Amino acid sequence: MFHRESGYFKTSYKADMALYPLPIGKVAATGFVLLFLVVAPTVLDEYYLSIINIAAIAVVGALGLNILLGYTGQISIGHAAFMSVGAYTAANFAVHFDMPFWVTLPAGGLMAAAIGTLVGLPSLRVKGLYLAIATLAAQFIIEWVLNHTPLISGGVQASIEMPRPVFFGNVLNTQSELYFFILPVTIVAIIATMNLVRSRIGRAFVAIRDQDIAAEIIGINVYRYKLLAFAISSFYAGVTGVLYTYYFGIANYEAFQLPISIDYLAMCIIGGLGSVLGSIFGAVFITLLPIVIRVFMETVGVLFVDGVYLAQVIAQMRLILFGGLIIFFLVVEPEGLNKLWRNIRNYFRVWPFSY
Amino acid sequence: MQWQFFIELVTNGVLTGLMYALVAVGFVLIYKSTDAINFAQGEFCMFAAIIVAGFLNLYGFPLWAAIAAALLFMLVFNWGLERVVLRPMIGRPVVAIIMATIGLALIFRGLGPLVFGAETQPIPLPIPDQPIVWGPFFVSPIDLLGGGISIAFMAVFGWFFMKSRKGVAMRAVADSHQVSMAMGINVERYFVLAWMLAGFVALLGGLVWGSAIGVDTQLAQLGLKVFPVVILGGLDSIVGVIVGGIIVGVVEAISAGYIDPYVGGGTKDFTPYVLMIIVLMIRPYGIFGKPIIERI
Repeated sequence: MFHRESGYFKTSYKADMALYPLPIGKVAATGFVLLFLVVAPTVLDEYYLSIINIAAIAVVGALGLNILLGYTGQISIGHAAFMSVGAYTAANFAVHFDMPFWVTLPAGGLMAAAIGTLVGLPSLRVKGLYLAIATLAAQFIIEWVLNHTPLISGGVQASIEMPRPVFFGNVLNTQSELYFFILPVTIVAIIATMNLVRSRIGRAFVAIRDQDIAAEIIGINVYRYKLLAFAISSFYAGVTGVLYTYYFGIANYEAFQLPISIDYLAMCIIGGLGSVLGSIFGAVFITLLPIVIRVFMETVGVLFVDGVYLAQVIAQMRLILFGGLIIFFLVVEPEGLNKLWRNIRNYFRVWPFSY
Repeated sequence: MQWQFFIELVTNGVLTGLMYALVAVGFVLIYKSTDAINFAQGEFCMFAAIIVAGFLNLYGFPLWAAIAAALLFMLVFNWGLERVVLRPMIGRPVVAIIMATIGLALIFRGLGPLVFGAETQPIPLPIPDQPIVWGPFFVSPIDLLGGGISIAFMAVFGWFFMKSRKGVAMRAVADSHQVSMAMGINVERYFVLAWMLAGFVALLGGLVWGSAIGVDTQLAQLGLKVFPVVILGGLDSIVGVIVGGIIVGVVEAISAGYIDPYVGGGTKDFTPYVLMIIVLMIRPYGIFGKPIIERI
């Protein structure tokens, strides 16, 4: 049960398509779910759970962007704007119509998907650089519209206070309660993505990424699948936005500006383009990075830096490390953390006879 | 008085637009010769300006020495950048190069204030502060200077690309790497040259903008203005950059003058992008760009 294969011995399409190619995959997945749903909340305290919460939310967004960027090969620099669309939609539903989270969550996602499809329209005509700039424009336009339309973003400074999610009459207030709200959504998102990318749709996406003309010739409707990729990707982004709003208790466009879009792009690049596991690695890595920098600076950095400037220096260090890591991974290891993980796995696959 | 207000908006818009063109031309230069997309052009300007301001205000250098230091840094840095980061990435997908330059932009945004402090610093150029009054119109000297530098630079640049041996070689490299190699052009050397030139332009842009609005990390927002300019004008055209810059500048000024009072500010950052989206849908290669666009 705990063995790994020593080569590729798949003889049927069914075996090739399997979600878990080996029994150990199933065991490991069950183990992780148990670890996170049972062990982690009983062992860890609120602070660590809050970190897991943030990371879990980021995983959803990173998965969505990776579907677009890694699997379909279309760039979007406006993903944070889609999140804000989801966030405001959910906030409006929750505040004005008193809707529970199981309505606002898909509603935010669907609204973001609609806007995302609209933004994806230029992808039918242009690609590469032009698409990047078109989505960048979408980021600014959506931001401006949200900021200047009191109908959507009413209240003081374009922010809406969000009620806490209610689950069968229980208000989810603390981190450990929110944990059980956020983590299941993340798990569903992971499973959905894994299934999506091995399905007909996912394979069409990959075909478009690798060679769009060839994809068209083998009968894939490139236009439809590109828009579908935008829709699915921004649905994930919308859900991420809703989760953020529930988590922070406020919907505000300032939480979804251009740097957040870049954060998510960095997650996909550092984690590994075109891989579910990579998105998870990337999201966790990027979430933990600022925390590690802060801890490091507060223990070691205070020896060199005046305490007054510490917060500033931490922010600057974060930017430098961020940029440096993006460039490092692009130049040295374009397949990201996922490739490093695969290297480790391959090393142990035939260990100790690696020749 | 209505028409005077309008004309004043347009003049200021044109001058601002020329200054935008100065930033955008660095972008075009890189794209034209190396096919790389530089999302960090605004940060280049910001960093060059920060170096000048830092040497000027923190270490008391004279202006020319500060500028020389910044120039030296930009040239050496861009040379290294091309060698270490961008050369291994030749032939990789567009997304990868975009992300690499975004990473670079982040590094600059962190490094600038870390080394030279986060306060807004002035770059006092030896020109008067008082606006030049000409009949009923006011024009600020720094805008005039910026516009002048921009036009002069574009002229030199146009000559360089059209007449000089290196410029012609650069255009050849832009057209086809393989054919240029076959004709005996050292393609890699021209890549380095293009990046170093972009560094030089960034210094000019940084100086003009830095003395106009003060130097801090906000200066990097300029980079975001580059995209409407280059898309409007055409990605690979020098004339296009000037025209695109002027259009963006005028549209910005007019929308700020006429729409802002009704919606409460911020239209300045928004209208160029709307214009750009429209152009992108109708004529993606811009007004002067070569109509080669990969269709799918």
